[in-house]
Amino acid sequence: MKIVLQHLTKRFPARDKKGEDVIAVNDFDFEIPDGKLIGLLGPSGCGKSTALNLICGLLAPSSGRILFGDDDVTELPPENRGVGLVFQNYALYPHLTVRKNILFPLQNLKGDERPTKAEMEQRMLACARLVQIEPLLERRPKELSGGQQQRVAIARALVKRPRVLLLDEPLSNLDARLRLQTREEIRRIQRETGVTTVFVTHDQEEAMSISDLIVVMNAGVVQQIDRPQTVYDEPINQFVAQFLGTPPINLFSGRVRDGRLYLGEQCVLVVPGAEDGEVNVGIRPEGFVLDPEGPLGCELLAVEVMGRDTSVVFDHGARASSSLRAIIPSEERMHAGERSVRFSLKPSKVYLFDKVSGARIRFGGK
Amino acid sequence: MDYGNNRKAWLYLLPALAFLLVFMVYPLVDVCIYAVEERFNFASQTYTGIGLYNFSYVLHDPFFLQAVKNTFILVLITVPLSTGLALLISVGLSSIERLQRLYQTVFFLPYVTNTLAVGLVFMILFKPTEYSPGLVNTLLAAFGVSPVDFIEGPYWAKMLVMCLYTVWVVMPFKILILTSALASVNRDYYNAARVDGSSKWRIFTRITLPMISPTVFYLIITGFIGAFKAYSDEVAIFGTNLNESGMNTIVGYVYDMLYGNSGGYPSFASAAALILFMIVFTVTVINLTVSRTSD
Repeated sequence: MKIVLQHLTKRFPARDKKGEDVIAVNDFDFEIPDGKLIGLLGPSGCGKSTALNLICGLLAPSSGRILFGDDDVTELPPENRGVGLVFQNYALYPHLTVRKNILFPLQNLKGDERPTKAEMEQRMLACARLVQIEPLLERRPKELSGGQQQRVAIARALVKRPRVLLLDEPLSNLDARLRLQTREEIRRIQRETGVTTVFVTHDQEEAMSISDLIVVMNAGVVQQIDRPQTVYDEPINQFVAQFLGTPPINLFSGRVRDGRLYLGEQCVLVVPGAEDGEVNVGIRPEGFVLDPEGPLGCELLAVEVMGRDTSVVFDHGARASSSLRAIIPSEERMHAGERSVRFSLKPSKVYLFDKVSGARIRFGGK
Repeated sequence: MDYGNNRKAWLYLLPALAFLLVFMVYPLVDVCIYAVEERFNFASQTYTGIGLYNFSYVLHDPFFLQAVKNTFILVLITVPLSTGLALLISVGLSSIERLQRLYQTVFFLPYVTNTLAVGLVFMILFKPTEYSPGLVNTLLAAFGVSPVDFIEGPYWAKMLVMCLYTVWVVMPFKILILTSALASVNRDYYNAARVDGSSKWRIFTRITLPMISPTVFYLIITGFIGAFKAYSDEVAIFGTNLNESGMNTIVGYVYDMLYGNSGGYPSFASAAALILFMIVFTVTVINLTVSRTSD
């Protein structure tokens, strides 16, 4: 089931009379294709949970429409939309066993929709099998680990065969290792069921790793919708470039003159097609190449060996982010005790942004 | 085991222990002794023998039997009624948004009002005077119902007033406790249930009630105990001579045996008190068992 959002907007009235309304979701207008896993990504307070609540119907939009396939569900209450929702804290009913928790949505069905007892049991078991919690059916939620609770919550959301599955920060309550495992799990369950799935996260790695598409949001406004790799490689503006990637992108203030990019007085790259003027320069940590003859000379602060890669912390007069860090393959030995380091740059990892609007300035035909 | 520390611990506990010994343990033991001393003479502090005669006397005393009947009627009517009403009002209170604070305050007022002042209000409502038949009777007359003397009239009328009064007095505390219990239930459970398509009634019975059931059981148990100990509310409405008005309670009977017109019988009072203790004990055990099994 594809989800279509048409000019969807949600404003919350201001706390006091003088303040301005808060626009948590500002003119969302895009389509989520059928059967895909979509990550809604943004910093805390950017309105991504509000967007999710609008889709599931717990909140009513201020304006705009929501369509599931060709059905306009804007006016429908949540129970009639056919959505399954997994809460950030799972919201498993603590007084019911896992079995009863999963059965609960089925027992709510009325009339023709209501399955027979045997059918309910069968569907409950099928879901339990899907998320691999069959041995735990008689346990109470508090007797489960976080990851198991998460699975039960997913099973409960899936048991009534929703048209759309929504997950609110599904991994935020899990420890690092479980998080890695569970996100694979979510991917697998989504593939097996083929249900259109939207999940909300502030963790870019989570969104990048399992989504078919990611929607990057900031302050209620959609910044970019694309495949994870595309969003990473071709960020549409400075916000997206800064938000995605660990370690984060390095920022410099630079200047373009005669098709050349200057950081301070150093001409570091040829940028054909870019207009002259002041720019913000973003360089991904993997965009630096150790090169004794390289154009970018920096002050070396520290070398952190991480096994597979080496992380080089350095400083430069044109620095605009709080720290600068390059990731280089660990085969390239750094000489200890050196005070300076020289890099050449990979043009594809260098991005220019407008100093005021943060919009991407393209060069070299890309 | 560090004995020095142990001794210190006892030392710190001493004030509380001394207090408990003097005001709890000694009276308890004394009550048990009084209860088995037959034909105890308060003036000469003598008795003729040890036995269960005091219990037999109390259990055959028509005033005591009347008191037991009154107490049980009060308990059985007011505890379920007040808890149920309180639950209804609390759920209502927590689902409204406007003026919630105001309503909460209004519902809590009886709790901070003096029992006797409340009794006075009930007098005005129910007691006929030379000038008026009482507010309720005036209203009843408007519907063509003949006036009833609620204070000195038939038993059912007096019991009705008593039950109304008790419910009205005990409800605020229950509402207070229940609203805070309701407020502590995570909203996500309601949202989850809504997304899952539960009806309001089903959310209430399957989600809300189980979530606050420890609080409800607490209120039922303390409600039972409180209602079994009813006395001052009766005095507030019917005056001190409860035997005459037929509205005595078990605690009232105990008091009368000690200090009332027929006072000076600590043995009978002790026996009655022990019988009350056994009743409350049994009911509480039953309550706890029920709450355990339904958990």
